[in-house]
Amino acid sequence: MNEISKPVHSIGVAKPLIDGPEKVSGKAMYSADFIPDDCLVGRIFRSPVSHAEIINVDISKAAALPGVVAVITGDDCDETYGILPIARFEYPLARDRVRYRGEPVACVAAVDVESAAAAIDLIEFTYKELPAYYTSEDAMADGAIDLHEHRPGNIERDVEYELGDVDAGMEDADLVMEQNYNCAEVCQVQSEPHAAIAEYDPERGTMTVHASTQVPYYVHLMLAKTLKMDKSRIHMIKPKIGGGFGCRTECLNVELICALAARAAEGTVRLVASREETFITHRGRQETDVWMKIGLKKDGTIAAVDFKAVMRGGGYSGYGIVTILYAGSLIYGMYDFEACRYRGLRVLTNTPPPGAMRGHGTVDVRYAFESLLDEMAVELGLDPFTVRRKNLLVAPTFTFNDLMINSYALGECMDWVEEKSGWKERKGKMGPLRGLGLGCSHYPSGASKPVNWTGEPHATVHLKLDWDGSITILTGAPEIGQGSDTVMTQCVAEVLGLDMSRLRILSSDSKLTPKDNGSYSSRVTYMVGNASIDAATKLKTILVEAAAKKLDAKPEDIECLGETYRAASQDEGLSWDEVVYAALEGEGTITVKGNFDTIPESWGTKKYRGGAIGGSMAYAYAAEVVEVSIDPDTAQITVEKVWAAQDVGRALNPLSVEGQIQGSVWMGMGQAISEETLYHEGLPISASMLDYRVPTIIESPPIETGIIESIDPHGPFGAKEAGETALAAFIPALTNAIADAIGVRPLDLPVTPDRLLALMEKKAVETKDAAE
Amino acid sequence: MPNPDNKNLLRCTVNGKEHEQSIPDNLLLVDYLREYLGLTGTKIGCDGGECGCCTVLLDGAPRHACLTLAAVCDDARVETIESLDTRGRLSAIQRGFHEKLGAQCGFCTPGMVMAAEALLRGNPAPSEDQIRRGMAANICRCTGYVKIIEAVQYAAAEIGADQEAAQ
Repeated sequence: MNEISKPVHSIGVAKPLIDGPEKVSGKAMYSADFIPDDCLVGRIFRSPVSHAEIINVDISKAAALPGVVAVITGDDCDETYGILPIARFEYPLARDRVRYRGEPVACVAAVDVESAAAAIDLIEFTYKELPAYYTSEDAMADGAIDLHEHRPGNIERDVEYELGDVDAGMEDADLVMEQNYNCAEVCQVQSEPHAAIAEYDPERGTMTVHASTQVPYYVHLMLAKTLKMDKSRIHMIKPKIGGGFGCRTECLNVELICALAARAAEGTVRLVASREETFITHRGRQETDVWMKIGLKKDGTIAAVDFKAVMRGGGYSGYGIVTILYAGSLIYGMYDFEACRYRGLRVLTNTPPPGAMRGHGTVDVRYAFESLLDEMAVELGLDPFTVRRKNLLVAPTFTFNDLMINSYALGECMDWVEEKSGWKERKGKMGPLRGLGLGCSHYPSGASKPVNWTGEPHATVHLKLDWDGSITILTGAPEIGQGSDTVMTQCVAEVLGLDMSRLRILSSDSKLTPKDNGSYSSRVTYMVGNASIDAATKLKTILVEAAAKKLDAKPEDIECLGETYRAASQDEGLSWDEVVYAALEGEGTITVKGNFDTIPESWGTKKYRGGAIGGSMAYAYAAEVVEVSIDPDTAQITVEKVWAAQDVGRALNPLSVEGQIQGSVWMGMGQAISEETLYHEGLPISASMLDYRVPTIIESPPIETGIIESIDPHGPFGAKEAGETALAAFIPALTNAIADAIGVRPLDLPVTPDRLLALMEKKAVETKDAAE
Repeated sequence: MPNPDNKNLLRCTVNGKEHEQSIPDNLLLVDYLREYLGLTGTKIGCDGGECGCCTVLLDGAPRHACLTLAAVCDDARVETIESLDTRGRLSAIQRGFHEKLGAQCGFCTPGMVMAAEALLRGNPAPSEDQIRRGMAANICRCTGYVKIIEAVQYAAAEIGADQEAAQ
């Protein structure tokens, strides 16, 4: 007699990552860990100047050096690459011009590091320097020469919209205030520097690439384009990835150069970027100047918003056009208001190109908005919670720019942080130099319109059920440390009622797994999670039908109890092996496919150009309270504690969700208090982890996390995004807390002690003058 | 350019196994471990002494393998992340990092775990402040350190319970 099993639940259960044992024991293999005996070492020769016409790249001496197998330059590839089909202007190795200091010019493949380094020194680069622009202002100034001929005035994109009557709204408001904010450029500084290993098989004319990327499919496309190879001859594999945060959410030059060098050398090339090179490859968050103007009614109701963002976009487009559009569209979706005017300028400059860092497009603008809102609340004598509660949305709804909001628990997030932080009891009673601040933020769960529109579903997942009774999940979705392999396994296990140990997952191998767009814009849990549920539901249907046939019952009468399938009237039923055999009999190994597509209502607005950017099936919300203390002599900021609540729809894996929220909050803290990329005439002077100040464990605060579940109607089991939302809220929560503590409101980021001290001294002088 | 002919004979014990090998005198310990011995668990996350990903134990003390010449490890005892599990069973610290999500992307984890190993060997019951100071040379970009502290506390409790049971 079979033992009757019970369905096992995996969703909503705190699950350690399924690849955790490999990670904690050193067995997990990252790109740079593949070191075949015969592989060549790749080294990049980089531009020593910020802006120049290339006259000649003489590689003859380098190529003649013993041990050097190949040297490639821009002459070896005349195909551009880039993430956006409308803005692919970058070559893997510069041709004609270099546009930022450190741009790749040539690459050497040699038998060892010493030979490669010696060959780099023998490359003779002759060029004619051009005027270089390191700020948006200089690049836009009259008489500035164009970095790219097709971008006159160095404007990558000028976007604007006006929805509703902004001037009337401002007129109607009881208080109108405006401020300028400068947010410094920041960088992901993910733990793993970029790395690629490319194996060219000259016999077959095929290429295999392992690379540290969040988007193996986009890399695959760009490899085919730049190598001019048929896509089918390229095998793209993503091994373990040491963090992303958007630094490799588009194909980088590292992978392309590595593959070009491998083909030239007719062998295997390993290209591991140094930390400095990883900083230069950049794709972090651009420097942004935000001008923000808000009109409020006396009770706190938002009457109108008017704002402008100017972004320093670096030498090439990258995601830039999307970034400047996100900054405009995602002012909506947090609060209930209509009238808004936006102007955004994405500027080309002679600095490394930024990209789509965590919270892409939203962070700097959200900081400005939440900071000014707080300042105005003080002016109106309103509590920061009151002013925000006055403007909450009510789901389901569409915002004035047509963002589809189906679940919205920002109010509950605020309730949680208000209570846990003891806001009511403690605010204003904490003594001098200590304060509390509130900030809120939101983020989409994947872009509803994909970057490359091919007509295929947004996500596809395969499940393989074999005679051994095991199920293999095949997904292109890149596990980058965020835990996507674990959450997909949870989704499939939950639908089938199976223990997760019966499942294995294989992700991101182009020859085995279905294509997936990649890990960016928080799309994976939402979209691939839904596709996983779809696939598991289809597999369950097959098993139920097989059990029905075997048990001579109707499918609708079959009860699935995880590893037991039985007809309702029967006691014993079929064991797992029996139902699997019944399903595979005459069929052989089964592969089922699950898909997910976004619904057209979520595709954003047609009211202005670029209105599709920002459209998502669901938005997550966060509220944070930060407690700070300030040293009166040094202006050193200590973040004493953070309370962070996020509406994640449903926490599929509460352990992972907590980890994501804590990591986001903390990354926001870095941007707020210490992180900043610096250049001296284009020379990166903070391109190390000593000069670029990532917070250490010493200054990192306790973060108490509140998980709020609004159960999104379209999300997988009700889930929404969990990994990006909470970053932005920290920054205004911190500056608002500083204002509460010492009556000085920082506007420019990061709020380093020297910046804050200057503000404190200025205030002291003003207070003294006023007293006299 | 370093002279690859300048070679030394290195005799050392790595993870309990004796090795004797002729090595260039400018070879870094991290490259010796990764490229000569294939012990790729020890990671390289920066250009020298900044991130702590390459932390190993040298005669029991935590060291940046990227700032240590292999040649100075003559007669020394080196321990890496690969030495901590017992025939595939995770150690208490490894289990702590796994169960408490002290590892997300996992790239800093080998260095973090080795730093925790050194800390707990010297101080089996550290305060939170002592954990922070013991791990201060290691940078993690995923966790905000909250769960790393919890992982070390979990491990300390496990080790404490094991020792009590043994007595």
